[in-house]
Amino acid sequence: MTVQELPGAAAYRPTPPPAWKPITDPAPLLPDPEPYRVLGTDAVADMDPELLLRLHAELVRGRRYNTQATALTKQGRLAVYPSSTGQEACEIAAALVLEERDWLFPSYRDTLAAVARGLDPVEALTLLRGDRHTGYDPREHRIAPLCTPLATQLPHAVGLAHAARLKGDDVVALAMVGDGGTSEGDFHEALNFAAVWKAPVVFLVQNNGFAISVPLAKQTAAPSLAHKAVGYGMPGRLVDGNDAAAVHQVLSEAVARARRGGGPTLIEAVTYRMDAHTNADDATRYRVDSEVETWRAHDPVQLLERELTGRGLLDDEGIEQAKEAAERMAAALRDRMNADPELTPMDLFTHVYAEQTSQLREQAAALRAELDAEQDHEHSAEAGR
Amino acid sequence: MTTAATKAGSRTAKAKPATMAQALGRALRDSMAEDPTVHVLGEDVGTLGGVFRITDGLAKEFGDDRCTDTPLAEAGILGAAVGMAMYGLRPVVEMQFDAFAYPAFEQLMSHVAKMRNRTGGAMPLPITVRVPYGGGIGGVEHHSDSSEAYYMATPGLHVVTPATVDDAYGLLRASIASDDPVVFLEPKRLYWSKADWSPEAPAAVEPIGRAVVRRTGRSATLITYGPSLPVCMEAAEAAVAEGWDLEVVDLRSLVPFDDETVAASVRRTGRAVVVHESPGFGGPGGEIAARITERCFHHLEAPVLRVAGFDIPYPPPMLERHHLPGVDRVLDAVARLQWEADS
Repeated sequence: MTVQELPGAAAYRPTPPPAWKPITDPAPLLPDPEPYRVLGTDAVADMDPELLLRLHAELVRGRRYNTQATALTKQGRLAVYPSSTGQEACEIAAALVLEERDWLFPSYRDTLAAVARGLDPVEALTLLRGDRHTGYDPREHRIAPLCTPLATQLPHAVGLAHAARLKGDDVVALAMVGDGGTSEGDFHEALNFAAVWKAPVVFLVQNNGFAISVPLAKQTAAPSLAHKAVGYGMPGRLVDGNDAAAVHQVLSEAVARARRGGGPTLIEAVTYRMDAHTNADDATRYRVDSEVETWRAHDPVQLLERELTGRGLLDDEGIEQAKEAAERMAAALRDRMNADPELTPMDLFTHVYAEQTSQLREQAAALRAELDAEQDHEHSAEAGR
Repeated sequence: MTTAATKAGSRTAKAKPATMAQALGRALRDSMAEDPTVHVLGEDVGTLGGVFRITDGLAKEFGDDRCTDTPLAEAGILGAAVGMAMYGLRPVVEMQFDAFAYPAFEQLMSHVAKMRNRTGGAMPLPITVRVPYGGGIGGVEHHSDSSEAYYMATPGLHVVTPATVDDAYGLLRASIASDDPVVFLEPKRLYWSKADWSPEAPAAVEPIGRAVVRRTGRSATLITYGPSLPVCMEAAEAAVAEGWDLEVVDLRSLVPFDDETVAASVRRTGRAVVVHESPGFGGPGGEIAARITERCFHHLEAPVLRVAGFDIPYPPPMLERHHLPGVDRVLDAVARLQWEADS
């Protein structure tokens, strides 16, 4: 006998609360079951060949930037470099979908996106070289400082986009985060605020398989990271992160949607970090070569190159030209990074407050005296030689 | 606003009793009316007017976009405020209670305090974080913390706390106008303290960073701020009967710290007691005592003493009177200032 069959059961049935009902059809928010792809499908035909060629040239340059910056760590010119080799399609697409007035909120691994957006390659590296925290004016380039704490830049993107909308400005913020970052509280709070405020924000999760050493399966039990969008009431999109054309298309749609007042989108780009977390990490301890090899066969640069040559849009000469341009960029970067940066120790006290406190003035004077004494010592040592 | 004329204007015949809560609300209103980039956001600040009613009427007067009820998430509120400030707004964030601000610490420590520095001065963040703090109101746990030491230990933040109705108005106006982030600590047990105050001509905007001598004296200096100021003033009055003439310094700003005013007072009196209700170990009193010792060693007749809350998590409300430093504890400390050595 079930509860319903008990005599008088109907009389005890609770009345449902009158005011609130869940939205029972989340289907429009759900991501596709498979990551969206353009390369190798008929959808390529709809894409502007000029854009595809531009993506290719930028991917080649981006790959070279990654290998050059990694080499600079080995020469001791960079304190650290979190390479985005393998993830260039996400980095480049993120930079190219934005208008000049839009804002990019990169994480520490997204140097390449900042450079592709037009930032001076050396300015983009000052944080990682260790001479300054941010080597550029964020307002000038509309690129927030590279963010080292995980996901904490996401609420900034929401606040900025919200403020822009309040001011009546047609501005979209694109915030980048890794798969590990999606576990952070700030990720949740940012998505929730963005959805409630209908802020013009696009969240791009680069799921590169590992948070340093921890694989995605130990990071989340969600069906996909894109599925998380449903809980906030925003659409989730799943895209092949190595397919530059697909990432560009999905991001473009989300940016357009945000721009016309449709609110935020969460995009999970499925990709792979080919290098270790940084040069200080040993990736052989947590992943096997066969996995890396599988992803090597799905290389973003090769994918696009094959498509473009197959369609007769790119020939060997074009590929060679792209490589030469990348080599010129790398040589210039190398030369400039091999010059010692000029450091001014007194700057330590300059930008803590708008006006120095008396405490900082005292400390600045003490350091000034130390520096002067050091210099005197050097002079007298030279004189005595 | 800082002219003597404005200051004099605050003492016109129209003056009537006003509470610190009203003065804070008035400061928010005046700042919003003067500067369209000032936005208030937080939990329950809109329709309800805040749990302490400080933001009462702001949403009605300025609209939901200027005084915004946010989702219940302190890190999200402060994080969004960072982005808003990056785009040229002046957000004023309300953290409902002292201990509720802790989820926002990463935003505060990693971003709010550091953005100007990180960006080489290119991106200042004019954010005011209002935190009702301290005990004595019978709140249950997580409603009575004195968290000032955490903020003080974080370079890049200003830390301000008024103890009078005039200062509540003047310092909040100055905090909102500041191009640097300010943690504005509101002594919640003084919210309903009253002073004669004219809303038509509020007190002058008080520049951040200046302490003030609330009572002059020759025997010893009591150094305090926020909720402990009335305690110290009462102790100073009671001390007269014991033959002590105590000076009382109200710091008003913990960062920047007014070394000059404090040192000048202690050099005059030769003795000092620092009074606050946050725990003593690792608390503001130790830092202040060290600064005094460094600057006034040869003027001191006695070690600098501290009267602080016990080194315990804030106690349940039925026991808080045993924890909070009151007049007797301040007088006991004054009595320990080696008077016999002096005579």
